[in-house]
Amino acid sequence: MRSDRGQSAPLGLKIAAACGLLFLHLPILLIFVYAFTTEEKSFVWPPPGLTTQWFAVTWNRPDVWQALSLSIRVAAISTAIALVLGTLCAAAVSRTRFFGRETISLLVILPIALPGIITGIALRSAFALADIPFSFWTIVLGHATFCVVVVYNNAVARFRRTSGSMIEASMDLGADGFQTFRHVVLPNIATALLAGGMLAFALSFDEVIVTTFTAGQQQTVPIWMLEELIRPRQRPVTNVVAMVVVLVTLLPILLAYYLTRDGDQIAGSGK
Amino acid sequence: MTTAALNSTSAPAVLPRTGGMRGALSDILWRRPQLLLLLMLLPPVLWLGIVYIGSLFALLLQSFFSIDEFSGLINREFTLKTYGDLLQAANLDIILRTVTMAALVTLASAIIAFPIAYYAARYARGRWKALFYLGVMLPLWSSYLVKIYAWKLILAKEGILTWLLGKLNLLWLLDGWLSLPIVGGNSLSVSFTGTFIVFVYVWLPFMILPVQAALERVPGNLVEASSDLGASPGQTFRNVLFPLALPGIVAGSIFTFSLTLGDYIIPQIIGTSRLFIGQAVYSQQGTAGNIPLAAAFTVVPIVIMGFYLWGAKRMGAFDAL
Repeated sequence: MRSDRGQSAPLGLKIAAACGLLFLHLPILLIFVYAFTTEEKSFVWPPPGLTTQWFAVTWNRPDVWQALSLSIRVAAISTAIALVLGTLCAAAVSRTRFFGRETISLLVILPIALPGIITGIALRSAFALADIPFSFWTIVLGHATFCVVVVYNNAVARFRRTSGSMIEASMDLGADGFQTFRHVVLPNIATALLAGGMLAFALSFDEVIVTTFTAGQQQTVPIWMLEELIRPRQRPVTNVVAMVVVLVTLLPILLAYYLTRDGDQIAGSGK
Repeated sequence: MTTAALNSTSAPAVLPRTGGMRGALSDILWRRPQLLLLLMLLPPVLWLGIVYIGSLFALLLQSFFSIDEFSGLINREFTLKTYGDLLQAANLDIILRTVTMAALVTLASAIIAFPIAYYAARYARGRWKALFYLGVMLPLWSSYLVKIYAWKLILAKEGILTWLLGKLNLLWLLDGWLSLPIVGGNSLSVSFTGTFIVFVYVWLPFMILPVQAALERVPGNLVEASSDLGASPGQTFRNVLFPLALPGIVAGSIFTFSLTLGDYIIPQIIGTSRLFIGQAVYSQQGTAGNIPLAAAFTVVPIVIMGFYLWGAKRMGAFDAL
């Protein structure tokens, strides 16, 4: 909504909004301070001293590296699958009107609309019924399922802005379907797909609830952190990993924002 | 000369015509758009249909099985006994506790979200608008576990909150609150108050975004007209802004409510030993090995959310998403 430009907000509103934003951000900033604390056993504030030694300790922990490697591999493959499925679904839904179109959108959104624990336990009981042992692929199966929706949302928004007459023009000029896709459709949706892919990566990298049900004994970074939260072994290492995780998820979000900010629909507005 | 100039351009504007199999396939797909549609829909629908709906169905099916109390084996015969177990007092307590928490969290999120959303929608312009947007988006996408961990640091007995209240000479307030029944406890990190704060914190961005989207659509002159006609700011809020923002609040509450209903990690890390639905599901399927009861428990949030979505749809919340 738009009003006179000169008008400024009432003081009470300004304070309430500022407090709200501080409430959202201060806890995350605190993580950065704790990564440098010298205290090992408790969460004491203020930190008795500052040190960078825990970065070196974390660097030499093989379990952290294993978890990180697993998380990245799972996120990469789930994102790839979600990109293909999400784009196909978005193209179908936005190009044509057909019977059951609403159902398809609902189907895509459902894995993220229902609480994660339901997705998780449903997958686990299905694996148990079908005698599928836990593996790298069982994690990917779960992650790809709920990553489809972020790619889908971004792609649908972009397809809506892309004029269908461009495709017709390309066909009129003699390009076949594949050429049209490669030279007309793809350049138009590329940044939306990139943004969707990065959000999907961030979502998968961070996912813990579904993963606890599909990972078995394997440890992704969030599972590793959850273990540390329930049964702490070395708190300073957890602090450092927490800080790194914040940074790793921050970058894709900022990039996705800059890739799609000119559009009417901005990436990530629905997690 | 012209041909030379044309040839020297690296990418020709018109591509060579493709023939053979690829061309034929392209022609078929062009002539029969239904086939193309089918081919595009088949992979995602198969994936989601088999992996997701299949699993959900398998889960629902198991809620009609029962567990043999002596052998601990699952008896694969149709029965409603498991749903009967769900109605035991202890389980009803869990359901009631979770729904109450979800309702309180939703209410608190709406109250905190409104000023942020209203400021961002009505007053923030240009760079400030982008800043507000990122200011909501970054916490939304920050790691869920890290956010919980940050609150463990804050709420711990030796943590920053106790230190801050000590500096402000307000420790008596904290101690008084912690000595209250139900909401209190040994420290904030093992009390319902702590669970509540963390829930609100983690789900707040999910409330801000739809409320902001709803408020963006309210024309500014509507608010001005209301005050021109003599309404006080409070009256304008009650009679103009709030009704127009309500679909957005309801849309946001779908997330806060549903996410609180299903979460089992927050109350496990910051909270008391009394269970929430998510924890009950987790322990039933894990340590207790009672998959039928766990499955029946998951039906509770599905049913509650079903009613919730139905009501939300009637209030027009989906247009605000």
